Amino acid sequence: MTDKAKPGEHNPIGRRRFLLGASTAVAAGVAPTAAAQAQQQGAPAAAAAASGSEPTAYLTLTEAEAAFFAAVADTMIPADELTPSGTECGIVIFIDRQLASAWGGGAKMYRNGPFRNAKREYGYQLPLTPRQFFAAGVVAINAWTRKAYGKDFDRLAAKEREDALKALEQGKAALDDFDGKAFFEALLQITMEGFFADPIYGGNRNKASWRMIGFPGLPAVYSNLIEQYRNKPYVVEPQSIADFS
Amino acid sequence: MATRLKEVDAIMVGMGWTGSILARELTKAGLTVTGLERGEDLSPRENFGLPGIRDELRYSYRLELIQDPALETVTFRHRPSESALPMRRFGSFLPGNSVGGAANHWGGQHWRYLPSDHLTRSRIVGRYGANAIPDDMPIQDWAMTYDELEPYYDKFDKLCGVSGKAGNLRGERIEGGNIFEGPRSSEYPTPPLIMTESGLMFAKAAKDLGYHPFPQPASNASRPYVNSEGLTLGGCQYCGFCERNGCEANAKAGPQVCVLPVLRSEPKFSLRSRSWVSRLSYDKTAKKVTGVIFTDTRTGEEYEQPAGIVVLSAYVFGNISLLLNSGIGEPYDPVTQQGAVGKNYCYQLSRMGVTLFFEDKFFNPFMGSPGTQMVMDDFDGDNFDHSALGFLGGCKIQLGHADGRPISYRPVPPGTPRWGAKWKKETANWYQRAARITLSGSNYANRYNYIDLDPTYKDQLGRPLLRMTYNFVENDHKVADYCMRVALEIARAMKPTMMGPPALRQGDYDTVPYQSTHNTGGTIMGTDPKTSVVNRYLQAWAADNLFIMGASTFPQQPAYNPTGPVGALAYWSAEAIVTKYLKSPGPLVHA
Repeated sequence: MTDKAKPGEHNPIGRRRFLLGASTAVAAGVAPTAAAQAQQQGAPAAAAAASGSEPTAYLTLTEAEAAFFAAVADTMIPADELTPSGTECGIVIFIDRQLASAWGGGAKMYRNGPFRNAKREYGYQLPLTPRQFFAAGVVAINAWTRKAYGKDFDRLAAKEREDALKALEQGKAALDDFDGKAFFEALLQITMEGFFADPIYGGNRNKASWRMIGFPGLPAVYSNLIEQYRNKPYVVEPQSIADFS
Repeated sequence: MATRLKEVDAIMVGMGWTGSILARELTKAGLTVTGLERGEDLSPRENFGLPGIRDELRYSYRLELIQDPALETVTFRHRPSESALPMRRFGSFLPGNSVGGAANHWGGQHWRYLPSDHLTRSRIVGRYGANAIPDDMPIQDWAMTYDELEPYYDKFDKLCGVSGKAGNLRGERIEGGNIFEGPRSSEYPTPPLIMTESGLMFAKAAKDLGYHPFPQPASNASRPYVNSEGLTLGGCQYCGFCERNGCEANAKAGPQVCVLPVLRSEPKFSLRSRSWVSRLSYDKTAKKVTGVIFTDTRTGEEYEQPAGIVVLSAYVFGNISLLLNSGIGEPYDPVTQQGAVGKNYCYQLSRMGVTLFFEDKFFNPFMGSPGTQMVMDDFDGDNFDHSALGFLGGCKIQLGHADGRPISYRPVPPGTPRWGAKWKKETANWYQRAARITLSGSNYANRYNYIDLDPTYKDQLGRPLLRMTYNFVENDHKVADYCMRVALEIARAMKPTMMGPPALRQGDYDTVPYQSTHNTGGTIMGTDPKTSVVNRYLQAWAADNLFIMGASTFPQQPAYNPTGPVGALAYWSAEAIVTKYLKSPGPLVHA
């Protein structure tokens, strides 16, 4: 990998601010449906939180990485009447905290060599921790999109981002020395974790995904409800771990 | 040099279900017992309480309660011609890692094996002839019958407060229960759990087709229950967070709820957590083990703990590893088919099923437990005629909502993208309106599926890792294909708006996605020391004061989940130790 992105080369700080502004604008431009308005009731600070409480510092992500994950999150989870965008749901914050966690540092992994390439059914076989794997992946994807599209991934137009992610998903992206398909699967997984996990991890802000599907969260004590709500909607304001702490 | 500790009467290596039961029974008989556990001790009140226990990311994805592969994992290859690589993360199966063992995070599906499962080989030979069993399928009978084990199945049921409905009470068949089960001496300790809408729909369709659905027996007590140890279990809350999590309601049976509160106050018992047994001391000439060597992981110090009796009560892999790393018994060789340690490693057919979508239903998939499913056993084991089928074994087929946790449970119709606007729309549309029929199948032994020591990779103590050589074989694929046809018949009868593609058992074994933590074999029971590791009392042929618990003693894997028989065998073996071995220490069976 010789064409690693250098800090400042693409003015990443400016780029990141641009991205956050753009996604907020998209969200604001969509006329919320009655259903979505109902979904958001009881959480009036949601819209303000999306831009207002955005931290300016990350635990571990570089600005280029944050811009990459933001672009992925907003492509995988675009803003619409169901939820705000992936970024507004806090997915970049979630990924930052996860990669800075013990898990990101390779906890609960067997990391002794020798290492060798293997069939997919043998599972993950690299010496890289999740933090290192995602760092290498961002570099590899940006190198590829610069060749294929002339720009880093986060600078691509929405349609190009979608095409690029599809190419990765289908194993059609020609990456140098990196398994793009495996990286895509990891990217999809961590993005979905950020979207659906309990909000204490920084994602799923305002329980947006739980509202979208009707998952009540906590306390999940249903012995007196399971029969009563058999084949009937059980609609409550979702609650998270923090709401009980 | 290991510090030598004062001798005790018995040591448990591992403090999950079997270590806890054996420690309880042996201290009751007056023995001093030390329970050694590699992992940490836990307190349900401290570790399994609300709200923190309802954390899908922490428990299901970061695997809080699961063994750390950095300490010890297994290496894997599909066939003997390949070289193995370590499972760097656990995926396909998830062993436990603390006091309470895998029972801290199991789901609680609680079965007794069928009478025919206890006599797998002789039943098949009797019904279809000796030629029905392929040469490379070394299936064996259990070393005791269902009827012999029934009182111990019953005892374990009453420890766990199992919920369910009997289908065979002392020989009388009862509609609504599992009419294929062996005769039970008593009804389930607690009634079936409240059934989900999806379970009721499945049951109706299956019944209309002439099958025999029944509620899933579960170690999720359906109401508060005082167990055989006088301990009170809570009633299940249908939280949808059961498996991979602890239970805040104390409704899910496990040693922490059902045995340990009594054991902890027993003066003859001492528990040493964070104590990792690296090997057994073995006197091959005398055919005795003299104790164990363990490392205290808080200090790094090594200890020798002498004992009169050693019980291997670790997970399947821990039991096999300690035999192979201590030079006890003859390692199995698939070429010569000599040796028995590591032989008949089996798994369970799973990750098979079909998802159904109903536009007019509202399932609330987050309300449920592993017991809120309806099951049918018409095509399980030898419950059906295999004469012209070309395979042996079968599947249980079931449906119900148990765990609608949103990171993992997101059904969408076939053809839906996995992300983007369309994916969001379909996820929002169908989360409440889908249900999945699942199949779990038997996995009969194959000559080339086995466990030995890896030549390259080591665990954190420097011992060779176990090497698993394993793949699904033609018999497995045929079982899956056949049973899937039945599942699809029921699926169509349920009249869904649409159906997903059937997920079959295809291709090579994939170690990545979760399938089941039902690994069996490797220290199997039998009547011949040449083809088994333990006798009918789970006493090792190689050392008469060594007893080996758990599913590593199963000669093959039936379709059912293994915990019920694991608990029953623990009581059975404990009684043999107390009533037979202590009176006359020596081999309990003369081969």
